[in-house]
Amino acid sequence: MARLVGVDLPKNKRGEIGLTYIYGIGSSTARTILDEAKIEYSIKVQDWTDADIAALRKILNEKYKLEGELRSEIQLNIKRLMDIGCYRGIRHRIGLPVRGQGTQNNARTRKGRKKTVANKKKATK
Amino acid sequence: MSRSLKKGPFIHYKLENRVLVMNDAGKKNVIKTWSRASMISPDFVGHTIAVHNGNRFIPVYITENMVGHKLGEFAPTRQFRGHGGNKK
Repeated sequence: MARLVGVDLPKNKRGEIGLTYIYGIGSSTARTILDEAKIEYSIKVQDWTDADIAALRKILNEKYKLEGELRSEIQLNIKRLMDIGCYRGIRHRIGLPVRGQGTQNNARTRKGRKKTVANKKKATK
Repeated sequence: MSRSLKKGPFIHYKLENRVLVMNDAGKKNVIKTWSRASMISPDFVGHTIAVHNGNRFIPVYITENMVGHKLGEFAPTRQFRGHGGNKK
């Protein structure tokens, strides 16, 4: 079982996929990392040698901002926007979409579950 | 798509000149502007700029964090008054 930057990787997945279980690594970054460590994409996580794991650990520590550190950086960026009171910050504050999407329908990711209004009048024909 | 670096940031020339003149003179008057698309340059820090929102001028005090944003981002053009059914 390989454990990198505080995350247990699924042992019977291909290395390429396994790495994406780390926050901050997607499939493209995963491939770049494996290229650099000279490991085949298709080798399963459980079949990595200790040397492979050491190489990966070194690359991850030196070049990438991952997991908690990355999360806190993102939170700081959002906080900065909220503090300076710009449009994007205001949208973050009131929990609406930030990037100009409409809000008449949908936008449920930002707005959360539907809050049904009782006795809402139907539009008359 | 973001703006070409070759052109540099857009700042309305009259607005920029007025800020630079005030920096030289060491004055800090409120400047009214309609130029919402102007980028905030480091020269603006510490000034108050009244940005038009289509209806009136919103005074914006520029801090260091705001550099690189545009003036219009700080003067909202829409006002949300709550939904119809929400009686007080």
